[in-house]
Order: sequence, then C-alpha cells, then structure tokens
Amino acid sequence: MNTEILGVVLQWVLLVVLCYPLGRYMAKVYKGERTWLDFMAPVERLIYRLCGIDPSQEMDWKKFLKALLTVNLFWFFWGMVLLVCQGWLPLNPDGNPGQTPDLAFNTCISFMVNCNLQHYSGETGLSYFTQLFVIMLFQFVTAACGMAAMAGIMKALAAKSTKTIGNFWVFLTKSVTRILMPLSLVVGILLVINGTPMSFDGKQTLTTLEGSEQVISQGPTAAIVPIKQLGTNGGGYFGTNSSHPLENPNAFTNILECWSILILPMSMVFAFGFYTRRRKLAAWIFTVMLFAFTTGVVVSVWQEMNGNPHIDEMGVAQDLGSMEGKEIRIGSGASAMWGMVTTVTSNGSVNSMHDSQTPLSGMLQMLNMQINCWFGGVGVGWMNYFAFLIIAVFISGLMVGRTPEFLGKKVEAREMKIATLVVLMHPFLILVGTGIAAAVAAANPEIGWLNNPSFHGLSEMLYEYTSSAANNGSGFEGLADNTPFWNISTGIALIMGRYFPIVGQVAIAGLLASKKFVPESAGTLKTDTGTFSLMTFAVIIIVAALSFFPALALGPIADYLTI
Amino acid sequence: MKRNRNNRLFDGTLLRRSLRASFVKLDPRVMIKNPIMFTVEAVTFVMLLLIFYIAFTGDTSQGSLLYNIVIFLVLLATVLFANFAEAIAEARGKAQADSLRKTREDTPAKRIGTDGKIHTVSSSDLKQGDIFECVAGDTVPADGEIVEGLASIDESAITGESAPVIREAGGDKSSVTGGTKVLSDRIRVKVTARPGESFLDRMIALVEGSSRQKTPNEIALTILLAGFTLVFVIVCATLKPFADYVGANITVAAFISLFVCLIPTTIGGLLSAIGIAGMDRALCANVITKSGKAVETAGDIDTLLLDKTGTITIGNRKATAFHPAGGCDRQEFIRRCVLASVADQTPEGKSVVELGAAEGIRIDPLHSVGVRMVKFTAETKCSGVDMPDGRRIRKGAAEAILRLAAEHGNACPEEVEQTVRRVSGNGGTPLVVCENEKIIGVIELQDIIKTGIRERFERLRRMGVKTVMVTGDNPLTAKYIAQKAGVDDFIAEARPEDKLEYIRREQQAGKLVAMMGDGTNDAPALAQADVGVAMNSGTQAAKEAGNMVDLDNDPTKLIEIVEIGKQLLMTRGTLTTFSIANDVAKYFAIVPALFITSIPALQSLNIMHLHSPESAILSAVIFNAIIIPLLIPLALRGVTYKPIGASALLRRNLFIYGLGGIVAPFIGIKLIDMFISMFF
Repeated sequence: MNTEILGVVLQWVLLVVLCYPLGRYMAKVYKGERTWLDFMAPVERLIYRLCGIDPSQEMDWKKFLKALLTVNLFWFFWGMVLLVCQGWLPLNPDGNPGQTPDLAFNTCISFMVNCNLQHYSGETGLSYFTQLFVIMLFQFVTAACGMAAMAGIMKALAAKSTKTIGNFWVFLTKSVTRILMPLSLVVGILLVINGTPMSFDGKQTLTTLEGSEQVISQGPTAAIVPIKQLGTNGGGYFGTNSSHPLENPNAFTNILECWSILILPMSMVFAFGFYTRRRKLAAWIFTVMLFAFTTGVVVSVWQEMNGNPHIDEMGVAQDLGSMEGKEIRIGSGASAMWGMVTTVTSNGSVNSMHDSQTPLSGMLQMLNMQINCWFGGVGVGWMNYFAFLIIAVFISGLMVGRTPEFLGKKVEAREMKIATLVVLMHPFLILVGTGIAAAVAAANPEIGWLNNPSFHGLSEMLYEYTSSAANNGSGFEGLADNTPFWNISTGIALIMGRYFPIVGQVAIAGLLASKKFVPESAGTLKTDTGTFSLMTFAVIIIVAALSFFPALALGPIADYLTI
Repeated sequence: MKRNRNNRLFDGTLLRRSLRASFVKLDPRVMIKNPIMFTVEAVTFVMLLLIFYIAFTGDTSQGSLLYNIVIFLVLLATVLFANFAEAIAEARGKAQADSLRKTREDTPAKRIGTDGKIHTVSSSDLKQGDIFECVAGDTVPADGEIVEGLASIDESAITGESAPVIREAGGDKSSVTGGTKVLSDRIRVKVTARPGESFLDRMIALVEGSSRQKTPNEIALTILLAGFTLVFVIVCATLKPFADYVGANITVAAFISLFVCLIPTTIGGLLSAIGIAGMDRALCANVITKSGKAVETAGDIDTLLLDKTGTITIGNRKATAFHPAGGCDRQEFIRRCVLASVADQTPEGKSVVELGAAEGIRIDPLHSVGVRMVKFTAETKCSGVDMPDGRRIRKGAAEAILRLAAEHGNACPEEVEQTVRRVSGNGGTPLVVCENEKIIGVIELQDIIKTGIRERFERLRRMGVKTVMVTGDNPLTAKYIAQKAGVDDFIAEARPEDKLEYIRREQQAGKLVAMMGDGTNDAPALAQADVGVAMNSGTQAAKEAGNMVDLDNDPTKLIEIVEIGKQLLMTRGTLTTFSIANDVAKYFAIVPALFITSIPALQSLNIMHLHSPESAILSAVIFNAIIIPLLIPLALRGVTYKPIGASALLRRNLFIYGLGGIVAPFIGIKLIDMFISMFF
C-alpha cells in the first residue's frame, strides 16, 4: 500500500520538477532563440520549402486563425480518404477492411479535434498504415495545432503593442520538430525496452499455458503510444487503451505514460512565463492549477484505495482498494492518479474503467473536464484558463477602482463578449446535450443505451458529453455510444468544443495585443499575486464548477449518497 | 466651504416619488434595457399565469395556491426593489439639480433690443446671442459671457462660497452663471446657452435617464452579467430532463426560484443606480459632468495636471525682499520698483506696492500723471512704466530683462546673476528690474505652499496617480516648489501649448490625463485631456472644451473627482462580486430542496438544515429580494475608497464582499428560514 502511494508521489514530483526547465526550453523554441536542437533547422527549412511557407511572414490574428482552420479542414479530408480506403492500402497484414463512411467521419472528427473518442477497436478497425498516417499523424499535428495557437497567444501577450501574432505554420512545425518528436522518441525507446511491440508483423498466434490458442495483435505500438500521451490525444492503439499489457506493460511504463500526459500542459504554463517575462504570474497560475489538480488526486486516490464500504460490510478483504475495472499490475492508487491526470488534461487515455471507479472519483473526473483548465490540453488548457482570467481581471479591476487591464491592455466590451461566450459554450454543450439525451432516454426506456439505471445512468450520459465538449475522449463506458444519436450529437459537441474556444481565445489575445499599452502604476491591479489567483480560482469554481452542481447532485453525488 | 451635500438618503417626498416610479418602470419596454431584471419580470409573469391556473383548476401538484402566491409576490418585490433603487438614485440627482435650477427660474431679464433700448422680459424668453444688462441687486437670468463692464458677483447660490468674485469683460473671468447675484456695478452679458441647454440642464437630462447612455464599462459588465444569466438559463432548463430521468418531480415555482436566485439580480438591480449615484456624487461636490463616462474615466486617471497657483500655492506670489544692485541706492531702487508697479493690477504688482509701503515708500497714484503703463504680455514677459522724463522702468522675468539689457549692450552685474540664482534656488521668483535697459536690482517673490497639499499628493501617489505642476516659473523655482509640495513632475515656463504637448506625450504612452483650466487658451488642452474640468468662472470656450464644469472654481477639485470615479467603478465591482458569491449559499439552499422529496439521501447536502423544501426555497428568494433594498444605501453612497495600493485594496474588498458574499446568505437564509418555519 505504501509503495502505491510512493509511486503516486513519485509521479507528482517528476512532473513538478521537470516541467520548469522544459517550459523554459519551449519558450526558447517559440521565440526562435538558440537551443541544442538547432540541428533540426534544415529539416524545418525543407518543410517550409516543400509547403511553400514563408517563415518570416507575420500574421495578424485573423490570418493566423484562417491558417489554423484551413489546415484542420485539409486534415479532415485526408483522414476520411485514407480511412475509407485502408483495405486497399499497404501495411495491412491482418487484412482489416476500410471503415464505413459514418465511422470514418466520426473517427476523423474525433482525432482532428485532439479528442480521440473511439468508436472502433484499434486491433480490427485500422490497418498499420492508417494507424501511422492517420492516427499517429493526427496525434502529432493536432497537438501541435493547439500548441501553435498557444504560441500565438504568448506572442500577442508578450508584445507591448502589435498587430501580428507570429506565423502559424512556423509554430506548428516547430512544435512537432523541436518538442513533440524528440520527446516521443525518448519515451518510445523506453517503452520498447519495457516490452511494447514495434513491428509491422501481423497477429501472432500463441499457445497459452492452458494449451488453448490465442491470437495476439501487435504492430507499431511504441511509435503511437508516446504521442498519444504527450499530445494529450489519448486514442489508444489497442481497444482497451493503456490497460492493455502491450500498450502499458508494467509499473515503470505506467509512470512514464502518466508523466507524459501532463508534462507538456504543465510546462506550457512556465513557457508562458518565460516567453512573456511574467514568471511570477506563471508561477501563480501554476500554483492554482497544481492545487486543484493535487486536491483531486488526493481525494480520488483515497477513495479508490479505500474501496467500496459495502464490500467491507460483506466481510470481503479489499486491501488492494477498489479493484473493480482495474489492472492488478497497476493497482488502485496509480489508476486513480491516472484518472485525474487524464481528465485534468484533455487526454482521455485510460488504464482502468472509469465507470467502475467510486462515485466521488467519477465526479472529480467529470469536474476536471467540466472546468477543463487545470493544466488542460497542450496549449488549449492554458487558453481556457486565460478566458477565466479575463473575467477575473474584469471583476477585480473594477474592485480596485480602475477600468480593468490585463498585462497593460484594457479589457473592454468586445473582449468580455468573447470571453463570456467561450465560458458559456462549455456548460451549454454539456448540459444541453445531456438534457436531450436524458429526455430521450426517459421517454424511451427500452432504448437500451445504458448499463445502469437512475443516477449512475445519468452520470454515464453526463460523462459522455463532458468528455466530448472537453475534447477529452475518455468514456465512462457502460454506454452504448455507437448509435447515430450519440455519434452525431457528440460529434457536434466535439467540433464546437474545440474550435469555438480556440478562435475566441486567440481573438481576445489578438485584440488585446493591438491595443495601446498602458504602463503600470500603483493603482494598477497586479495579476501576479496570491489574492488575484484566489479570485481567479473562485471565479472558476463559481462559474464553471457550480453550474454543474445540480446535474452532479442528481448524478454522482446522489450515487455516492445512495451507494 | 458649504457643499450642497444631502446626506439624508431617504427623504419623504423622494421616497414617494421613487415608489411611484418603481411601478411605472415595470413596463417591459423600459425593463428590456436591463436584461437581468427583464428575465426576472418575465418569470414573475409566468408565476402569475400559474397562479391563475391553480386557482381555476384546483390542481395542487405544483404546490398550494398560497405558496405560489407568496413566491409570486416575492419575485414581484425583487423587480420592484430594483426599480426603486434606480428611481431613488434618479430622484436624488434630480432633487439636487432642481435646487440648483430653482434659483434661475423666471427671473426678469433686461434684454437690450436691436434699437438699443432695454425691455424687461422673462428669463425663459432669452435666446442664445441675446444681450441683457444687469445692475447691482439683479439676479443674472441666464448663463452668459460679459461683453461690457465689470461687476462683483455673489455666486453663493451655485457654489456656496460667500465671498463675492469679480467678473469682467474680456480675459478669462468673463463668464457669469444664471442664478448668481450682481452686487455692484453694471454689466452687459451675451447669452451663451439657451435656457434648457445649459450644462445644468444637460446634467439633469443625464440623471433622469432621458439621455443617459451606458458607459463602455457598464456595457462590458452588462455583457458579463447577461452571460451569467444565460448560463443559469441553461442550468435550470436542463435540470428538468435530468430530474425527469431520475424520477424527481420539481415544481415550476422551484425552478423559477432557483433561476432567479442564481442569476446576478443583486448587481443587475443596482447597476444603473450605481451609475446615476456616481453622477449625483459629482453634483454633490458641485461638479457638473457632461457624461457618465467622464466620471468613470476620472477613476482611471494616471496623470493629473495642476496649476501651481491656487492649487499648490496659496493665491499668488508675494514680494518678500528688494535686492538693489549695480550701485543703486536702496531707497531709490524701492522707489522705482513701486513706480513700476503702482498701476500694475496683477497680484505680484500689488504685493510690490505693499512691500514698498512697509519699507516707507508710498507713491500716490495721482502723482503718476503722464506716466505711460506698459502692460505685461506673454511675448515680452515684462511690464513697467515709461516716465514723462523719458526714463523707461521695466520689471519682469530674469531671462526677459537680461535679454533686454544684453540687446542694448548692458552687461549684467555679477551680483544680480547670483541673486537670481539664489532666489530661484530657494523657490522664490526673481523679478529683475531695469531702468533704461540697465539692470538695477532684483525683487524677490515667494510662493506659499498650501498646508495639507503634500499629504493629498501622497494620497494620489498611492492611488497611482502622477501629479504634474504647471507653472510659468523658471525651471529652478519650479523644481524647488515641486519638491517642497511633493509633486512628481513639473512643467516650468509653461505656455498653453506646452500643456497640450505634455498631455499628448502622456497619452501616447498610454496614460489618461486630467487637467483643470479656465482660460480660452486652456481650451485645446482641456479638449485633449481625457478629463478636462473647466472652472465655472472660466470662459465659455473652456467650458465647452472640457467634459466637466466645477461650480466652485476650486482647483483641488480634481483630486475629489478622481476619487468619485474610483468609487463608482469599485462599487460596481464589489457588488458584482457579492452578487456572484451569494450563489454558493443559494445552491446549497435550493438544490437539496428540489430533490429531497424524491431522493431523501440528498438531505446531507442540506448543510444549513433548513426546515422544509418549501421554506428553503422561500427563504432563498426572500433573501435574494431583500438584499437589494439593503444594499441601496451602499450603491448610492459608494464603497469607500482607500488609497492603499491595488493589491491591498483587492484583498480588502475580496475579503469584505467576496467572503462576506459567501457567508452572509448562509446566515440570512437560515434566519429567514427559522422565521418562516414558525408559520409553516
């Protein structure tokens, strides 16, 4: 038991210690300063030449967003064609057929928005070719896309007054060549050493100890798993994601993969600090996020390691904690930790069944995604926090008797409109989606969507929309989600949940950047203080978390109280 | 100084007028301007329909008729309270303005017709451009500019200041205000504003709401609050299918109560009252603002341009010593100084005569027959006399006289240069005197810094406002006084265009600048400044250029205006925080109440141990309603501003209104619940 807790603490420490230097490195990459990976420069130049990109071109925020949206649309068509045609394409030793257009549509959207909700199983639904050139490619570029948007925001906020916020293509390329690729290589090699397969051979047939025959799927797993984690993608190579023994063989790989989920979102906070020379502000933002995240981890680990009280009453020993839906080689503590890490970020990979975790853990997982900015997805998590920051700046600015300013820029009606809409969209998608689903399910009890009735059933539906809107991609499961209703409605939530905030947040930063810089005075609200951080935290809790309180009261809270 | 302060918040007539207005404002066409209260009115209407439904069908699945009627009444009260807040703020502003206006209504005016004859007409018949005459004892019938004559005027009706002031044609003191009284002499005045268009009338229109526009900041806050309202529309609307799914039955009254409690009704109801009260407070300080935005901007001011004279120093410089030089006899020197000043009506000139008299040198003005006065101009920067015997005596700024001397080939005595430096270094102003372009000595003028001004600047500095002293003095003198008074920067030897230049430079650096001025030559700078306060005694051009008019002509008023502006923003911010923080307790009061009947286990969320679901819901809506009138005094008076730095201020306000906003409703709702449970 103590080793389990030590393992959780070790992960926490590894994250917190390593994100600081990595953040500094990332800031250097986006600023174009010298780093030890400068030998990648020729590769980047080749990419620019091939794609006809002028790396010195500066974009204003509208052009920047246009480039971002255009390249996403291109990826969508790219993915659709390859997925439908995969049966005829090479690297398909198991002879898996092409996806049906509707499934391809769903898969494509879900990977394009960095969500990775999977309605197929990797072993049978994809070929090695599409695993590499759709799934893995998307996992790289969509993560890079979020990071590039964040880089644009950093550039906008760092400048005193600027019309342009950098070149989207350069940020996108560098995110891959300087950050995602090198890290993925290191993690991948460590995974291969620990037994994750990396080959193009087809399924292996083995005779088990019992003497029966078993067919084992394999493939270029070690290439995909690192970016799945690092890019907060979460789409597993195998159907059961990181609970699969080949995707996540042992305790070491579990720590490594769990670390990979959170390291870039954490580093991004410090990257912001280094880039904009607001290290104190970054440190405070980090503190708020870390506090919220750690609180979740403590409660969830405690809940899972304590187990279900009813099992205790039955006189059954549960020294290992609540083990329903968990892997024995991973354990309840590390599973609870992973559950928190994967939901504070928009990762969504799992190493246990979230549906089977205790109600409070389930609630915290949902809350993490409903708030969606305790570190959050690579790049986009900080950007979500940014929207709340703007609202907190506005209210606190008034409280000190000045027209609100953030980093020397006045926050006015236009920015407030966008920030309010961005903040509003998240509860709208989740609650309206769940509301419609609940109404349909209540009207058609025979519809058979849910494994569980009543409160837990409501939790399952709430989780699905929460996960979609937050672009998380994990499922509470226990929900038959491969129906037209769920495919379409979650698809809408996915698209809205991804592009609406990105466009809004980049627009706010772009608008702020073009304003006149107001120098600080003694009357200016300081945003790099504990008081202001507390204010931001309170705004997030009251606006984001409490909006879900009635829904959570009927779902997991009622579940917990009636367990 | 007397102020038109009305510290009584609720006066009988005002109260009655406001009560009536709060019902008139229920008109949905008026309510729609305030989206938050409009939604409350809409759901109140739904409750009304529900009551009719229950009354006619006898269906009690939605709760008893009485319970629904009570909820309806509380919701209606919520809307009325919000309307009342706005109405009382309007009424107070109007009463304030009315008392100022009353003084000028229907006074007879002696209009001068085209034939040059005087006709007595009513002041309301005066048109812009008309010329009227006033003699001692008359009340000035309209705002105007003196075109002929000079008079002493009692402005106490407007300013509360009892000492009469001199107003004369030409120059910067040519403006008269309607309602003031002429004490002596005769003046002819040209009407500058038609009755009904004067600044006061404009302000009344602003306060009454007929021409009130939301300020940018108010718009941004309304957007945020509307956003919050939308979130709670979603929260409450989607709760219906959730509850249906898990089999919990929720009444319409409960849904509506949850919604009204969650949306920020407290700040929504008080928002416009806060804005109007800001203008009221400005009016209480005898400042007429031309827009609500100006008051708000005042709170953001980074740089304050203040004239040295009258603001930092008392009145004017006074002659304190004579320093003859170049072998000139002391008595002779003083004599010449006095001669050069005897016809000089500037305060400096008068003080030279006074000091001369104290040294025993008197010159009867009658003796100066044949003496030609040379007036001070901005170009020559000197004044003096041409004697009948051909002697030319000049006194003036050191550099001007030294240049004059040098032009005529007269060297400057070493001791004069020393004296000039010494006097300047001590914060004094050296006036160099020359006879026939030959320097004969120096008159020392000294400034006297107002008591307490240093502390006020210190207060401004802690607010983050930079103070800039504007003076015509030379840089050395300016620096000395600036240091002594504690201002951050100074503009020495300032010409009007220097002010404009300085303001532009500050604005380019992103700063907001406020200044006060009275002269026509201040008009461009007043217009350029973000907050330009014109003195009421100033010229019409200055008053038109600025966005505020100070009736007291008090140069330190700017400091007060900045605080009023800050108060306005702070009151908005703190009440928003309070309103949103309230939601925490309301969730814990209502959410368990919604489900306890169907899901008894949720009783453990009822952390306040409220009596019953009905009493819990009722307590929450009652608390939500009565908090509005309870906060009206705060909204009208404004949150106290303390210049303790932004971070400390945030900590303080977050503690009082944030933490207070979380705790207060827990206590309030519990108390109301205990009271209600005695009846249910």
